[in-house]
Amino acid sequence: MKFADFIYTGAIQADLKATSKEDVIQELVQSLLDAGQIDSEQREDIVAAIMKREELGSTGIGRGVAVPHTKHPSVQKLVGTVGVSESGVDFDSLDGERVQLFFLLISPPERPGDHLRALENISRQLRDETFCRFLKQSKTTDDVHQLLQEADDNQFVSG
Amino acid sequence: MNNAPSKRTVTVCNSQGLHARPADMLVRLASQYESSLMIGKDGEWVDCKSILSLLTLGAAQGTVLEISADGPDAEAAITAITELFEAGFHEINEVDNTAKPAVD
Repeated sequence: MKFADFIYTGAIQADLKATSKEDVIQELVQSLLDAGQIDSEQREDIVAAIMKREELGSTGIGRGVAVPHTKHPSVQKLVGTVGVSESGVDFDSLDGERVQLFFLLISPPERPGDHLRALENISRQLRDETFCRFLKQSKTTDDVHQLLQEADDNQFVSG
Repeated sequence: MNNAPSKRTVTVCNSQGLHARPADMLVRLASQYESSLMIGKDGEWVDCKSILSLLTLGAAQGTVLEISADGPDAEAAITAITELFEAGFHEINEVDNTAKPAVD
């Protein structure tokens, strides 16, 4: 799976304003709503579901990266977006570091495989320190979009 | 004392696969052991104590993985990890979500 398969360019937030976990999630879900990827009446329910998942354990997986996510019956396919916070946000990360990169994912409940492949792609690409650093330094949607595209073009993920 | 690493094969049995939460549980468990713990799929080995590495496996339900442990507590570590896999990461396999919603 490639970034282009689940990240909506129109929903990318290269300059997150939020400074708390819940506000980041609100901002990213709102960006998916603004991009027409989710229904407005589902917004609050989706935010609540993502927050509930965070209570089970932070999705801040280290290296300044978090993957807040939920399954939700209102989406027909996996939808996701990327957010970049210049100053970083306290996200209760597993390694205690502030989070600068967010990959927010909403997947249909009956498609666990797609969610796994998105996580696989994100984690494989982020192992590349240069990619990770450049992404954190992104200032505009175009910067992020271009980096994701480059990652997609160079990936050698089997399967 | 130069024992070969212990190895065992495990299968991902929970329906959601090795996603973020099981990966987190696995890292927490593996980190309790001194031994070097690696997990492999199709000949690709990653560190069992790194969540980012575990997620790169993209291991769905039914995936067969190899565990390799090298160190003083290798046997104990590999047994505990095998048990966690066999318990499906204590995850309740979800009921059929494809069922129609109650309200139209």
